Amino acid sequence: MGFLSGESMFGGYGGADILQGCSIGVEKGEIAVVVGPNGAGKSTAMKAMFGMLSLREGSVELDGREISDLPPQERVTLGMGFVPQNANVFTSMTVQENLEMGAFIRRDDFSATMEQVFSLFPVLAEKRAQPAGELSGGQRQQVAVGRALMTQPTVLMLDEPTAGVSPIVMDELFDRIIEIAKTGIAILMVEQNARQALGIADRGFVLVQGQNRYSDTGAALLADPKVRKAFLGG
Amino acid sequence: MPMTDILNALVLLSNFVLVPGLAYGSQLALGALGVTMVYAVLRFSNFAHGETMSFGAMVTILMTWVLQERGVGFGPLPTALLALPIGILGTVLVCLVFDRFVYRYYRRQKAPPVTYLIVSVGILFILSGVVRFVIGPQDRVFADGERFILKARAFKELTGLDQGLAIKTTQGVTVVTAVIIVALLFWFLNRTRTGKSMRAYSDNEDLALLSGISPARVVAITWIITGALAAIAGTLYGLDKGYKPFTYLGLVLPIFAAAIVGGVGNPLGAIAGGFVIALSELLLTFAYKRVIAYLTPGDWIPDGLVQLLATDYKLAVSFVILVIVLLVKPTGIFSGKTL
Repeated sequence: MGFLSGESMFGGYGGADILQGCSIGVEKGEIAVVVGPNGAGKSTAMKAMFGMLSLREGSVELDGREISDLPPQERVTLGMGFVPQNANVFTSMTVQENLEMGAFIRRDDFSATMEQVFSLFPVLAEKRAQPAGELSGGQRQQVAVGRALMTQPTVLMLDEPTAGVSPIVMDELFDRIIEIAKTGIAILMVEQNARQALGIADRGFVLVQGQNRYSDTGAALLADPKVRKAFLGG
Repeated sequence: MPMTDILNALVLLSNFVLVPGLAYGSQLALGALGVTMVYAVLRFSNFAHGETMSFGAMVTILMTWVLQERGVGFGPLPTALLALPIGILGTVLVCLVFDRFVYRYYRRQKAPPVTYLIVSVGILFILSGVVRFVIGPQDRVFADGERFILKARAFKELTGLDQGLAIKTTQGVTVVTAVIIVALLFWFLNRTRTGKSMRAYSDNEDLALLSGISPARVVAITWIITGALAAIAGTLYGLDKGYKPFTYLGLVLPIFAAAIVGGVGNPLGAIAGGFVIALSELLLTFAYKRVIAYLTPGDWIPDGLVQLLATDYKLAVSFVILVIVLLVKPTGIFSGKTL
């Protein structure tokens, strides 16, 4: 069900399964958003799709190819990019070095990609020689997204990209994410700010206790009174 | 007070504190760099580093003997410099072998840092046993070539001062080698793709993995650099002070003090720490009697030696500095943690 898709995933960190058969997918050029209450398994589902957590049951497919058994590094080479929620930049390294490390697996000239990242996030070009640890929260998120874009991924996965940033910065980040999606990249993200995120989403998945509760277009979910009442605060 | 008295006092201090301090500081800095590299990348305190230095010096000495036997010399410079590449090679090999057969096992177990520390103590004993078995416990002097760059008498004749300034060849070689090695290391870490990937791994292991940086490769390169640094530091120390296998265990304390004072995990800190420790040791154990005699008017000379600490307490100096730093600024001067 998509360019990248996880089907009926079961799994967890030993002991009880956190994922109870949820399915998530995204098409190229689309934004898919996963929302749900705390502990619903949103981040766990992302980790499972990126190979940081092995599935007990179910499968992950990229462009029709089964990738369930590949380690994260190999998924990176296949064109998947991942922006973790925490510790997602090299704090002691400069912005430019962060981007260079993002392109580590590339042996060709990546300066054009770096220019693209700089034109997407102009503030990073200004601060290219500054250690990423000295940047503000929003700028750090931009470095983190920029780092993941350096491999020229076909799928970009974001784990709560707007956690801890101000509403203005959040809008700004969402605008950039829409721009990235328009270049044909599939974007799958987990969001705490469900209402705003569903507003830009082509597809939305509401997870509860590791299962799909509602799946529809972002607009339909926003309009659904049951979803609004239970998950969007009315 | 005549100008010559001030100059004499300065020369006296240079001869007994500054010049030996720079040489000793360079040796400690190179040693501390090795400790800091292991700490930054492999995240444990490598107590075997002193013995690794001893092992490197031993291999270099053995090779030096082979060269001397064949009549190969290096002109006015010590032959050991020609033998050093073999010493480096041998030490790197030993580091990689220990990593493959010892440390890798604990890495896979995801052992806590304290386990690594104890393991490194075990390796310390193995290495020190091997060194004594191969070359024996006695002292070895292997410095040859010209003994002095600048002789005390020549300096006196040149300047007309009462005090002489002597610079040993080994001291000059030590400082010059240390500068070259440090410059190379910094160039590697800050300018090359591999060096940057090591810093990235040291900064954030998980994100480095996500970026496709191979941990096995980073670990191997860390040991190669650590082994090379250890062999160079050990050889320079042995050249300067004479090679005594047992002294290298005692070196571990000032080396760790240097690394921690500067900020463990930070290469710049390791270098600064090395000089802080070395100069403090010498400044606190130096007898200021004659310096004071020069700097006070008239013919007054202090009765005692005006020495703050007996040289026997040298080791205590690094220990006290270590304790003070841990109490006042536990992260060290440069707030280290990563490369």
